[in-house]
Amino acid sequence: MVSTNPSAGPAAAFNISRLWTDERYRGILSQAIIVILVALALVWVADNTRTNLDNRGLDIGFDFLADPAGIGIGVSLIEYDSTDTWLRAMTVGLLNTVLVSALGIVAATAIGFAAGIMRLLPNWLVRTIVATWVEFTRNVPLLLQIIFWWTVLLSLPTVRETLRIGDSIFLNNSGITGPSPVFEPGASAVLIALAVGVAAAWAVLNWARKRQAATGERLPAGWIALGLIVLLPLAVYFASGQPISWDMPTANRFGRLRGGLTVTPELVALWFALATYTGAFISEIVRAGILSVSKGQTEAAGSLGLKGWQTTRLIIMPQALRVIIPPLTSQFLNLTKNSSLALAVGFQDFVGIGSQAQNQTGQAIEIVFSWMVVYVSLSLLTSAFMNWYNARIALVER
Amino acid sequence: MTIKSLTGIAAVAGILAVAGMAIPAHAATLDDVKSAGAVKCGINTGLPGFAFTGDDGKWTGFDVAYCRALAAAVLGDPDKVKYVNLTGANRFPALQSGEIDVLSRNTTWTFSRDVDLGFTFVGVNYYDGQGFIGRKSLGVKSAKELDGASVCIQTGTTTEKNLADFFRVNKISYEAVPIETNSEARTAYEAERCDVYTTDASGLAATKSTFDDADKHMVFPEIVSKEPLGPLVRQGDDQWADIARWVLNALVSAEELGVTQANVEKLGKGTDNPEINRMLGSEGSFAKMLGLEKNWAVNAIKAEGNYAEIFEKYVGPKTPLGLKRGLNALYKDGGILYSPPFR
Repeated sequence: MVSTNPSAGPAAAFNISRLWTDERYRGILSQAIIVILVALALVWVADNTRTNLDNRGLDIGFDFLADPAGIGIGVSLIEYDSTDTWLRAMTVGLLNTVLVSALGIVAATAIGFAAGIMRLLPNWLVRTIVATWVEFTRNVPLLLQIIFWWTVLLSLPTVRETLRIGDSIFLNNSGITGPSPVFEPGASAVLIALAVGVAAAWAVLNWARKRQAATGERLPAGWIALGLIVLLPLAVYFASGQPISWDMPTANRFGRLRGGLTVTPELVALWFALATYTGAFISEIVRAGILSVSKGQTEAAGSLGLKGWQTTRLIIMPQALRVIIPPLTSQFLNLTKNSSLALAVGFQDFVGIGSQAQNQTGQAIEIVFSWMVVYVSLSLLTSAFMNWYNARIALVER
Repeated sequence: MTIKSLTGIAAVAGILAVAGMAIPAHAATLDDVKSAGAVKCGINTGLPGFAFTGDDGKWTGFDVAYCRALAAAVLGDPDKVKYVNLTGANRFPALQSGEIDVLSRNTTWTFSRDVDLGFTFVGVNYYDGQGFIGRKSLGVKSAKELDGASVCIQTGTTTEKNLADFFRVNKISYEAVPIETNSEARTAYEAERCDVYTTDASGLAATKSTFDDADKHMVFPEIVSKEPLGPLVRQGDDQWADIARWVLNALVSAEELGVTQANVEKLGKGTDNPEINRMLGSEGSFAKMLGLEKNWAVNAIKAEGNYAEIFEKYVGPKTPLGLKRGLNALYKDGGILYSPPFR
């Protein structure tokens, strides 16, 4: 923002009437006035808030975060108990927001790319079905879609009619429940082995590709990589005395499954709705991106002998991505912000737990402020990552 | 941007703007009400029996009746009320910011709301308590046997904290299934997403009455909390708080003294009972002390009747809610409803 003092202009030629007759000075003057007005407005808002809070004897501050929350939370990624503090409860909410946003972004991207490509297939039936789905999904309010999926999931069998898939996976309208891993001392060795296996597999794949490019010889690199990822951790697991066990869910007297890991219908409904709604928008972005690549590129690839899928993957997509990434970023941001509709089905995300805190403690200003800070931070982080990725795939001009 | 955060921001904007511009530190609410010609009364967005729209499209109900009585006492006309519909979350910012003059929205009187949020509760017009409803097929007779159950609960109320406390005190565990609105919580309960649903006993009665298979459900005997519901005003304007308090007391005293909507006009001209005379203004100068017209209590009682008449009309046994007086009977009838004397 420019806020140069107008009188700092060339002194020789300056007289006061130039402030509105000279276009340059007029520009500076008008910007200065706007800056001053904005600053005054901010000062007025801050002062007015403080005065009124004082008049009503209200305290403002984040001390309440140290008080016990005293509310139950259904889904939590970290240990949480109703005796924990508001700070921890809000952290649970933040992690839930991050969880559902991350799940949603991955699924929406997959759905969006698949649907976008399918809309451009020569097959009339596929094209039309996908186009109908996209138009329908894009144009129905997201809140309705969340409640729709939630209602669908609630019509699954009740606890008394729980479906069993194999021995240890249970499905009913309170969620899908399976065993969860329990890490005993020594389990870290297995996890490290897994990480080493993945890294080694990646290195082998990379090396094999370079070797093929140089010599034309192919190696069964896929099998070697799979072996590294599976066998290495397995060997360490048995060598260190099987330090990972499974917590099996058991039904209590109400038929409720306790223990293990449960994915609730609220989370799944929210995830489905966010993924399909945003996915429909992404599919249009992908379609536009692909159409932006000149048809001559496809024809050139064809004349080089590349097959259809190879053309898409190696020739079209890398060029289309440059058009796709910037609008894709704003869809990711939309998805993250839309996840706060979680409240409607009772999935306790950051906004949900914040409004519970606001209700119990009455600290409205602090909580609305922390909502803003958190969503702005999440958005800026996502943007930063996407900008980095965009720069990486940008056209390198020679 | 979501509905909820918009509400929150609107609430803050309310504190920032509305209050600041309109109301200086210690304005007399009574003068504002008189010059505006209406009482701004915060009520529920819709709760059967307590605040709902009648056949004529006007707001009516147990909580609304108090607004009307207050307007009648202050302005002489029960219709001079401007209703502001508020959710559980934005009711307090609305009162703090001066958007409303009085909140009559089944709000529980608690320490933190009275002391920390800067409000004055003027009395209790409904003694409620939190209970549980569950299917009879659970085979459970008492809420204390609910170890391991899934519990549907409406967020943004005192009930979620009571629930956590109850299970903690009884050393039993539960899974919370928090839902934002009463109707979605009911949907979840009916789909057996949860084993029991918990809210205030008056709400459970209203909910149960809407089930098709009501006889397959039971309300457990335990009442796990005290929920004294009543109207409240901003702290710092004692005159306005006194008016709000004594309008409520007048409705209760009227029942005790046999003053009804039908006979209040006649009794207001003078009786043999000095307390009735003092309350209705034919003796003494209580009206002047409050800063109101002489017939303030006559108008208040004429608006919707005395406490018993209001109770019977909106939530009593003959209404769909079918609530018994219980604790809300007069102290001399076995309840705990008790108005200080007009002396």
